[in-house]
Amino acid sequence: MLHFTRWKMVLILGTVLIGILLAVPNLFSKETVDSWPSWVPKRQLVLGLDLQGGSYLLYQVDRQDYVQKRLRTLVGEIRKVMLEEPRIGYSGLGVQGQGVQLRIRDVSQLDLVRKRLEPLRNPLSNSILSGVAVNEFDLTVGSDGLVQMNYSEAGLAQRIRQIVDQSIEVIARRIDQLGTVEPSIQRQGEDRILVEAPGLGDPERLKSLVGQTAQLTFHLVDSSVAPGQSADQARKPGTILVPSNEPGGPTYVLEESPLLTGEDLTDAQASFDQRSNEPTVSFRLTTGGARTFGDVTQKNVNRAFAIVLDDKVISAPVIREPILGGSGQISGSFTIQTANDLAILLRAGSLPAKLTIVEERNIGPGLGADSIRAGKIASIIATAAVCAFMVATYGVLGWIANIAVLVNVILIFAIVTLLGATLSLPGIAGVIITVGTAVDSNVLIYERIREEFRQGRSAIAAIDAGFHRALGTILDANVTTLIAALVLFYLGSGPIRGFAVTHAIGVATTIFTAFTFTRLLVAMWVRWRRPTTISL
Amino acid sequence: MRHLRLVPDNTKIPFMRMRRWTFPIAALLSLASIVLFIVVGPNYGIDFLGGTVIEIQTKEQHPDLTALRSKLNALDLGDVQVQTIGDDNSILIRVGQQAGGETAQQEAIGKVRAALADQAEFRRTEIVGPRVSGELAWNGALAMIVTFLAIAIYVWFRFEWQFAVGSIISAANVVIMTFGFYVVTQHEFNLTSLAAILTTVGYSLNDTVVVYDRIRETLRKYKKIPLGDLIDRAINDMLGRTVITTMTTLIALFSLYIFGGEVIRAFTLAMIFGVCAAIFSSICVAAPVLIYFKLRPDQMDDKPEEDPSKSAANAMAKQTGKGAQKA
Repeated sequence: MLHFTRWKMVLILGTVLIGILLAVPNLFSKETVDSWPSWVPKRQLVLGLDLQGGSYLLYQVDRQDYVQKRLRTLVGEIRKVMLEEPRIGYSGLGVQGQGVQLRIRDVSQLDLVRKRLEPLRNPLSNSILSGVAVNEFDLTVGSDGLVQMNYSEAGLAQRIRQIVDQSIEVIARRIDQLGTVEPSIQRQGEDRILVEAPGLGDPERLKSLVGQTAQLTFHLVDSSVAPGQSADQARKPGTILVPSNEPGGPTYVLEESPLLTGEDLTDAQASFDQRSNEPTVSFRLTTGGARTFGDVTQKNVNRAFAIVLDDKVISAPVIREPILGGSGQISGSFTIQTANDLAILLRAGSLPAKLTIVEERNIGPGLGADSIRAGKIASIIATAAVCAFMVATYGVLGWIANIAVLVNVILIFAIVTLLGATLSLPGIAGVIITVGTAVDSNVLIYERIREEFRQGRSAIAAIDAGFHRALGTILDANVTTLIAALVLFYLGSGPIRGFAVTHAIGVATTIFTAFTFTRLLVAMWVRWRRPTTISL
Repeated sequence: MRHLRLVPDNTKIPFMRMRRWTFPIAALLSLASIVLFIVVGPNYGIDFLGGTVIEIQTKEQHPDLTALRSKLNALDLGDVQVQTIGDDNSILIRVGQQAGGETAQQEAIGKVRAALADQAEFRRTEIVGPRVSGELAWNGALAMIVTFLAIAIYVWFRFEWQFAVGSIISAANVVIMTFGFYVVTQHEFNLTSLAAILTTVGYSLNDTVVVYDRIRETLRKYKKIPLGDLIDRAINDMLGRTVITTMTTLIALFSLYIFGGEVIRAFTLAMIFGVCAAIFSSICVAAPVLIYFKLRPDQMDDKPEEDPSKSAANAMAKQTGKGAQKA
């Protein structure tokens, strides 16, 4: 037990040394580490949001909202194909639950109906590998003329997946525009997106930037309705009612089909209005968009058009002259920041569906700094107190135990750094509990040595036997704990996971240290002192 | 040189004779915890109930809590709790879950922000919506159940089924008592608390397995001594280790409790309680269970003709020991 071949010694000490090298960058500031030569390990611990402050936002795709909107579009599409020649007579076309239904008047046309609706089932390309096409909608045509197009389960699932992917891209572009934060944007489960932005002072701004759908459309205002007239009464088919952005503002009657959408924009910038000097957002249109816009404005001079963002009218300027240059301006009581944010939203594109915040945690940078300071102080005191207790109990061997525990903690930090795992406050708790229990492996060994010695073995034989017997126990006890920690890691979330990471690593390093490093240190001590008696 | 010895050598404490008292006490405490859990119930935090927690630091040094309370109550957000934490000007505001789904929670926090914007800095806001809170609770419970199963299987393979049952009963006892602790103290029960409980499970298992390991070894050594005496002997042999390890763990936890800051204070307090409960239950629950489940020393025999599956487990244990020797 106490014999080590040379290469084994080198291997053990080498591992410890690598651990120290990996952990060292954490003692220095980021700037200092950056200035080191390139061959030195530079990776530093990733601090959790609870330690450095920041925002944790969990968004969920609003399925209901998305489905309802999609079904309304489908209704329009169905209406259109039914009007093709020969026209098909129907009644009761409308959204019904998760689908659209209608009734065909002439049952002899059912085959024709099937043919026309088939393309609307909208095959979605599934994974390239499987090659199976999934249709977005299921089509059922009853012999009594009842036709239903319902969202297929697989279709909806795939749609939601696409929405999440697309949303992640859009959110990343938006946050990127802020410039300062290094966010992490991840898919969670099938319809959720987790946004973590460290060290951000203003969570509300982040939220308004990330969560806005930012669907921009331009509509002509229905000029047949006089201002002040009850909008509801005057409404004609093909028009929609849209409230104003400002509280207490008028409700507008707009033509339903938009002239332009956000996709027709190529660029948007915050700027100042040359006359009023108020912040505005100026935009540029794509070539196609510019052409359409030019045509429309030419035909509709002196009519108003509305700029609609997420179902609210931002402004409704009157067209004074045709706008042919492909650029324009949105004004509407902005501040410099809101103008800026709107420009960012327009540049980054709109979210394909509404996102709802289902969980939100914001930690101010001040609180994070307080926590980390407290955590450091507590760790130092805990380590010092445990070390003092061990020396009081075991003397020289207590020092060996302390070195082993210190190496253990260094290895934990080295591995956490290497894995790029996040260190959170519960993570620090995990390290501290490891300090407490890592000592246990040394205690088990030393108590066992004492016992063997009292039974009359020679000092060296007692040490040998002590290790031999204790290591089995250490393995059993720690593997049990390790299982618990691993299960927590896989099933837990948030603080539980943070704790499980360092705890699991801590248990593993404890086993490693007990089997190698502690044993090596004791062996070296034995070789050096050749003890004949053991004072434990 | 004389060293500190907390436990004298060769103690002969009759733990198993004491089981007539300690076992019922453990059962009683567990039962009381369950009853309290049902009758009183823990003070669930927003992780499980949903709702909002806001921590603010007011600009003035001694803010008028009553005024603050009435200001917040005027917002019409249902039950709003206001309490100071740590320093005088750090205040924790809890707002219950608002009816009307996810957006309603956002509106509520908007109102609070608007009301307090000019007099306080927002240090922390946490909002857990109704959908997530249910999932978090379920995932926590699932984590606990799976952990128990995994551990039981491991112990069963490495020892005997009695040991697996014993370690699970003992760990369950710790969990239930720590739950009871949360009910009695009315400390907020949240995800971090769940982490605390699961840690104590880990600690409890660690401790139980160490004791079991020694019991198994003693069983193999002395085949003629009654089981109760054997277990007593094993526990007494390990008493020095148990006390020292408990001391170091408690030292670490107490420094965390005193110096670790407000955020983890409740977490560490629960762990301190849990560690004490773990020691108590690995001696007073895990060991007697072996007697009640009629563990016989001859089950520990290495002779292959008795029962091949069991000797296989033993052989595995031996092999690990040898592997360790080589390593």
